Amino acid sequence: MVTTYEFDVLVMGAGLAGLRAALAARQTGATVAVITKVHPVRSHSNAAQGGINAALTDRGDKWEEHAFETVKGSDYLSDQDAVEILAQEAGQDILALEHMGVIFNRNEEGRLGTRRFGGQKRARTFFVSDFTGQALLHVLYEQAMKARLPVFEEWFVTSLVKDEQGRCSGVLAFEIRSGRMALFKAKAVVIAAGGLGRVFEPSTNALICTGDGIAIAYRGGAPLMDMEMVQYHPTTLQGKGLLLSEAARGEGAYLLNAEGERFMEQYAPNMMELASRDVVSRAEQIEINEGRGINGCVLLDCRHLGKKLIRERLSQIFEEAKSFANIDLTEEPVPICPGMHYMMGGVKTDVEGRCWDLAGGWQGVPGLFAAGEAACLSLHGGNRLGANSLLETVVFGRRAGRCAGEYAETLAFSRISDGVVKDGENALKKVLARPETGDTVARIRHEMGCAMTEGFGVFRDEEGMAHAQQMVGSLRERWNRVAIHDKGQVFNTSLVRALELDFMLDCAETIALGAVTRTESRGAHFRTDCLERDDDHWLKHILIHHRPGGSPGLDYLPVRITRWEPQVRVY
Amino acid sequence: MLTTFRIRRFNPEAESPQSYFQDYQLVTERSDTVLDALIRIRETVDESLTLRCSCRGAICGSCGMRINGHAALACKTKVASMVSSGETVHVEPMNNMPVIKDLVTDMAGFWEKIRQVQPWLQPTGPAPEGEYLAAPEAMNHLTGVMHCIMCGACVSDCAALEVSPNFVGPAALAKAYRFVADPRDGNSSSRLGELNNPGGMWDCTRCMECIEVCPKGVGAMDRIMTLRAKGIEHGVPSTSGSRHTEAFADIIEQKGRLDEPMLAVRTFGLTNLRQMLSFLPMIFRALPRGKLPRSGPLHRPIPGIDRIRRLFQRAKEPR
Repeated sequence: MVTTYEFDVLVMGAGLAGLRAALAARQTGATVAVITKVHPVRSHSNAAQGGINAALTDRGDKWEEHAFETVKGSDYLSDQDAVEILAQEAGQDILALEHMGVIFNRNEEGRLGTRRFGGQKRARTFFVSDFTGQALLHVLYEQAMKARLPVFEEWFVTSLVKDEQGRCSGVLAFEIRSGRMALFKAKAVVIAAGGLGRVFEPSTNALICTGDGIAIAYRGGAPLMDMEMVQYHPTTLQGKGLLLSEAARGEGAYLLNAEGERFMEQYAPNMMELASRDVVSRAEQIEINEGRGINGCVLLDCRHLGKKLIRERLSQIFEEAKSFANIDLTEEPVPICPGMHYMMGGVKTDVEGRCWDLAGGWQGVPGLFAAGEAACLSLHGGNRLGANSLLETVVFGRRAGRCAGEYAETLAFSRISDGVVKDGENALKKVLARPETGDTVARIRHEMGCAMTEGFGVFRDEEGMAHAQQMVGSLRERWNRVAIHDKGQVFNTSLVRALELDFMLDCAETIALGAVTRTESRGAHFRTDCLERDDDHWLKHILIHHRPGGSPGLDYLPVRITRWEPQVRVY
Repeated sequence: MLTTFRIRRFNPEAESPQSYFQDYQLVTERSDTVLDALIRIRETVDESLTLRCSCRGAICGSCGMRINGHAALACKTKVASMVSSGETVHVEPMNNMPVIKDLVTDMAGFWEKIRQVQPWLQPTGPAPEGEYLAAPEAMNHLTGVMHCIMCGACVSDCAALEVSPNFVGPAALAKAYRFVADPRDGNSSSRLGELNNPGGMWDCTRCMECIEVCPKGVGAMDRIMTLRAKGIEHGVPSTSGSRHTEAFADIIEQKGRLDEPMLAVRTFGLTNLRQMLSFLPMIFRALPRGKLPRSGPLHRPIPGIDRIRRLFQRAKEPR
């Protein structure tokens, strides 16, 4: 007996993009459910600290400036039609969040206050102290409770289901608590399952960020785009790689080298510590590599900001530095280094979140949508500006949800054979039945993470990348044989981690392929063997297609330019 | 340092499922958190050890568990802060909720109670064109309670919940406070009315445990006390809880010292015969031992009562 659920729209992932998409889809009148491997408020949207950007005209700001700075930040790889929508619709979404209940910080007039963020000249970042993501996520979950949105919590999605015409018709998933598998039939599926940070070691990302949604879409036939574009955040704690928000620098903190110099003067004399993240991370790495660091770190100095400001506006990172680095930010600077933080690339979508092209210009999967970090529009191109990721989740989560709801209205449920579920169950049984080899999932993951950091870090070159790519290939071989020691059905997290690693290896493979293909330096992709940006050859996106049983296929799409021609990028 | 982790294990699929302790020995570094240690056990010793964890930075609320008898986030608890070298760290699942496997608890009941307080903004009238205007001092302090990450630590260690499972609990009440205190919310009176019911804000026994164990400084009990005060301000119908509070303060103001029999009478009402009769055995035991406190006119104000009354007057003056 196969358990089957039916919803017009099924959203995978319950972070900001997922919840926003689900609520928007519901508003079209569609039946909607969310499926997530953790409870919604455990999602990684929590970790966004600093804020959310919007250029509000009634404060003398212009959306065009926000859009331009986003395009410049991307090193001209973003698609400008998408960026224009992001910047134009930001204001309405910030207000919608405020009306839903978000307690944004306010200024003396009782209106929403702003702070400065990197890569932008104006203060247009709205914020809730330095836990903006958490504040937004909890409010969207409140709205989900209010709407009585069905949420399948702690269900693990294993694959997309497609009908005979190749249209996405749902997903296969198992309930982690019982091990029971079920078919979720849907007329539209929205992938909003977040990023893939754990492909790298260390990373600022939570342990759940394993690229499940990206890999599932990829295997289902949707192309991945800009996968070589991996953001390194300039201020992370050494060791585990925990994030210290850009809000610190937004509020005026300095970066110092071992000699006590504000070294950003050498690299970005105008924007200093608030240059784009790729620029600051490279500067730090150069300081460290040339011997002006301290044990592989430079220093983030908040002391001059004063205790009151630190307590009120940087409370979380104050606590974090105290708990995890044993440092009082008001008394001494904290050692930090660049750390893997965000995937600019992801599942290719259009501006409505569709993972297929209505005009047929690129090959995708009808019925499949994506939003948030899992998606790639591309808004962020080669480098994302701080506080644009939260904005992307609400603007394009909403658009994808609405479009998915409207799309579903026009369709009937596809017929799916029971065999699909049987095949899914058998595949899991086979993984569980593997004989002992002495190898472990944890070891393979660790080696993958280290290889990826080594080969695809702040600075890259052909030899290093080729070596890492080869490592990933051999780790895939090892994954195919690795045994799962816990054989139980109930809450088998060993099995979950093995399946996550399977997804991560696919992600790693596409990151490597994208990076070795792009023979230039642009944004976060900086090659010491090709130092220049090459607009003549590389003002284009790299698309990667999954080929079952064969090596992945490559495809290219030109960057869409509406009004900002590429210029030399200086800060 | 060498540390022993004594972990309460439970496998529901075992032949006769019963929880038991299992010891693991590990060399830990000064910087290691309990979560680091548990992950290392899981990765290098015993893959079947089951727990929830995600962010490693005290923001997702996944890794709530009891460490040496008190609820905490494993990711925020340093091993070295719990024990010295050679000692044992006890790790158990959270209390006041069913265990699914090892350190993983079923939080469905927790969330049901959160939903019970209707935790979403309920403004009156349509939304303004721009943002709601509100003084920063009326809003910014709410970020304190917004820090709550719903990890369940306060609920795990709540003494009142242990004996009255219907109590809505500290996390839900802190959440309710967040809306009652929000100037944009138009539904404070009915929220407070709901919280006035049995199982609501008066069931807290003020043991302070929720304040003690909260990893985010939410201070649930303080929020509950503010809810009570706001409830009385809003004139919610009196309950034994609110009468207790008022009688307590009143007696101290008049006498400077508690009149326990009078407190009981005013809390439950003289006409509540069943309750009054239930005190008889205690009275008969206390009387021959000379332990029955004086009451009513026999309970004289303490010397210097004027000073106490002045304190009350000062406290009542608007600030």
